[in-house]
Amino acid sequence: MKFVLIAIIVAATTVGEVLQALGMRHHGEIHDFRPGALGRAAALLVRNQYVIGSVAAMAVSFFAYMGLLTIADLSFAVPATAVTYVLETVLAKYVLKENVNWLRWAGASLVICGVALVSL
Amino acid sequence: MSTETARLRLKTWICATVVVLSNVFGNFFMKRGMPAHLSTPLEYITVLFQPWVALGVLLLVLWTVARMALLSWADLSYVLPVTAIGYVLVALAGKLLLHEQISVQRWAGITLIVAGVALVSGGSTPQSRTTGAVR
Repeated sequence: MKFVLIAIIVAATTVGEVLQALGMRHHGEIHDFRPGALGRAAALLVRNQYVIGSVAAMAVSFFAYMGLLTIADLSFAVPATAVTYVLETVLAKYVLKENVNWLRWAGASLVICGVALVSL
Repeated sequence: MSTETARLRLKTWICATVVVLSNVFGNFFMKRGMPAHLSTPLEYITVLFQPWVALGVLLLVLWTVARMALLSWADLSYVLPVTAIGYVLVALAGKLLLHEQISVQRWAGITLIVAGVALVSGGSTPQSRTTGAVR
């Protein structure tokens, strides 16, 4: 059951993150942190279809995460969901077309090994 | 140009700190308030009004907003590893505040995660040229 929930969380989070990054990139850099300007940015973002899709995926991930928290330790649940790193780094490179150099790949690989150990 | 770089670096650092701390304490309060069983879909909704869970959810909302702001100028492949330090802080919260047993393997895993984070964030810039179209 733990690992079913983790699989749901990882899949939904990855889809959500990539859609969120696409949506925020579409919006552009946020320069103005005054409440009015943030409100206007939020009003634009709730109509951004990438952001809407991202929120839906995050909701799925959130409720699966709540289920996981009831049956697992905090120090297991949170690191286990870091499996999203590999999937997200791959998608950052091939969907978002970001520059992912070998150091980032090596780091992501180490993070994954760490997550595997945490799951033991 | 260097002033602009310094401004962006400070802004990125402050925003990343907010992202990490809201994530760690959001998860901690959620776990603290979570019951041992959630059986019906209705229970998933009602537990959101439990005070600790509600506080945790509020912090996770702050986390999401701060993270979206950060992602508007920084690459996902930069944000992910830099904010991964939160995994270590969450494990510490589990041990110190929730008295969870953390095995040697689990600490080794956490150490590898820290090493991975250090490797990825060292020498990389918070933005990539591929996002230049929006500036």
